Amino acid sequence: MSELLKVPTMAEFMAQGKQPEVLFWVGCAGSFDDRAKKITKAFVKLLNKANVEFAVLGTEESCTGDPAKRAGNEFLFQMQAVTNIEVLNAYEVKKIVTACPHCFNTIKNEYPELGGNYEVMHHTSFLKSLLDEGRLTIEGGKYKGKRITFHDPCYLGRANNVYEAPRELIQKLEAELIEMKNCKRNGLCCGAGGAQMFKDAEKGDKEVNIERTEQALDIKPEIIAAGCPFCNTMMTDGVKAKEKESDVQVMDVAELIANAQDL
Amino acid sequence: MNYLPNILFATILILGIGFFAKNVKKLIRNIKLGHDKDVTDNKSQRWKNMAMIALGQSKMVRRPISGLLHVVVYVGFIIINIEVLEIIIDGLFGTHRIGLKVLPQSVYGFLIGTFEVLAVLVLITVIVFWMRRNVIKLARFWKSEMTRWPKMDGNLILYFEIVLMTLFLVMNATDLDFQTMNSGNIISQYIAPWFSGLSEGTIHIIERGAWWIHITGILIFLNYLYFSKHLHILLAFPNTYFGNLKPQGQFNNLESVTKEVKMMMDPNSDPFAAPAEGAEDEVPAKFGASDVQDLNWVQLLNAYTCTECGRCTSECPANQTGKKLSPRKIMMDTRDRLEEVGKNIDANNGEYKDDGKQLLDNYITKEELWACTSCNACVEACPVSIDPLSIIIEMRRYLVMEQSAAPVELNNMMTNIENNGAPWPYNQMDRLNWKNE
Ligand code: SF4
Ligand code: SF4
Repeated sequence: MSELLKVPTMAEFMAQGKQPEVLFWVGCAGSFDDRAKKITKAFVKLLNKANVEFAVLGTEESCTGDPAKRAGNEFLFQMQAVTNIEVLNAYEVKKIVTACPHCFNTIKNEYPELGGNYEVMHHTSFLKSLLDEGRLTIEGGKYKGKRITFHDPCYLGRANNVYEAPRELIQKLEAELIEMKNCKRNGLCCGAGGAQMFKDAEKGDKEVNIERTEQALDIKPEIIAAGCPFCNTMMTDGVKAKEKESDVQVMDVAELIANAQDL
Repeated sequence: MNYLPNILFATILILGIGFFAKNVKKLIRNIKLGHDKDVTDNKSQRWKNMAMIALGQSKMVRRPISGLLHVVVYVGFIIINIEVLEIIIDGLFGTHRIGLKVLPQSVYGFLIGTFEVLAVLVLITVIVFWMRRNVIKLARFWKSEMTRWPKMDGNLILYFEIVLMTLFLVMNATDLDFQTMNSGNIISQYIAPWFSGLSEGTIHIIERGAWWIHITGILIFLNYLYFSKHLHILLAFPNTYFGNLKPQGQFNNLESVTKEVKMMMDPNSDPFAAPAEGAEDEVPAKFGASDVQDLNWVQLLNAYTCTECGRCTSECPANQTGKKLSPRKIMMDTRDRLEEVGKNIDANNGEYKDDGKQLLDNYITKEELWACTSCNACVEACPVSIDPLSIIIEMRRYLVMEQSAAPVELNNMMTNIENNGAPWPYNQMDRLNWKNE
């Protein structure tokens, strides 16, 4: 299977004197985290299927600096940002797509002031646009009629007002889209943001991801759809802690679409 | 003619407004202790936000029950205040119900009738509010920061309104001429009979008494605002005007850091070069905030505007799961500390004298700051465009950049980013390995 993945780098495009249509910013989780790597691959399969000329930075990519910035380390953030912007500008990148809402938010909103101006899209919005342009078709397939709920990532939803693209994709799977008590702009955090992913939580009486998972389980979904590698981890852990992993799957929207077409 | 009442009235009015003006001056001075922030952009959007959010209460009604109740009190409050205009003119010139002289009786009656109906609606609503706080005990009014003054403040305002509305109705009910006129006394006609056993003289004294206490009460209320969460009835307007227009996920980039980073990254810059002329005078930038003076003035305005409604805290994932962090407390602490600094300045002839205290640690603990997931739920929930998250981040910046006081795990994460360009200890050269796995 994996040999079939076409993942050209910017350097390769450059060597051929060509520009890709879009740069796929993989992100740290997407590059290194075992669970998130599956999302990365699913998304690449869809890009390949839709014949999108994309490239990755590969070893030239570095952390956007998001966790450092949210932790308060503005120095480290700006060092990362300026380094990344140098690379991106050297390749004359115009358009970026990423499957991580944190990378998405940072590059889209915080890079411009530092000299990085790009059109940035979250992968769900990008897939939606491929669909609208007829470059990608989505069939219900194995998800037809399944109860799927979408967990809004804070940095996609509230932070950037993207609520509909992932939901429209799920509906295209002919699944039954169900909403949790807290959704869209009232969505409850998974507990990973603000650099919490990398530390233990402060003393309290519950973990945030358990609270959110309980909200999801309340409406009895078969699948919890996510749009962020960190949310994905948090919700997966939550489902495990609730011993529901045999009934409920946590899947990225891109994985759902790729699986539906047996990619 | 006896001018005593007019003089007395004018004196009370001048005192009331004078004290209020003094407080407003202090308020502005305190807010200006914050750093500068440029909010001159996009005026049309700002006016629109103010119209929608402050005037139109658009974010209040997201919680339909409390939102609609609040709209009743708010509309009632504003409209009934038109009546205050008449009271002031009457008081200053010794007239009685000047409105009747300048308006046709039917119009006047319609106006007063409307006020009376609103007064009753406000009364009912305020009682419901009181029950929500004290009988139903809604969780967000019983958090740990809502003890002592904040708790009393919340109730005092309700009592104030009950008394003011009652006085207004009694004043009308005991105004015999107004009752005889029988226009606009929609509600007060039912109250009037309660006094029918009394002599005309006594009724007149009650009417005058209600009138005087009513206007004095309003002036006291005006001066109470400065000490109360009720300041929001004024500050909600500038606060929503100056509120954030950027995407909520966008945090500001510290300019002072940008300068240093650009210098470090620039291969042509000479680190030993003499500083540019005038640069010596610059105070070395402090990164982040440990006290209120390190925040910007919009954040300080935010603190004074906070209604202590607790919508932010009730949506906060950290607070919901039992952590100490409460975004409302962040705002209340900021205001309390700002007040303390203001008093310090007053006591020391306009100069702040170090009191060994600061916002960090003395008010807001590290434990609270590190519990935040930066999810923006508090920002989204706030009905008056307050941004508690920006203060949290500013204080984290101080902890990390000035004190290197991040939790160990976060320090590890940051070291990894520095060394490998990822928050985990993986080699940057392995970044594309997933492709072949
Ligand atoms: S941004 Fe922080 S303080 Fe605000 S709701 Fe989220 S966790 Fe709570
Ligand atoms: S910050 Fe806003 S939501 Fe929170 S208590 Fe104050 S007014 Fe209410």
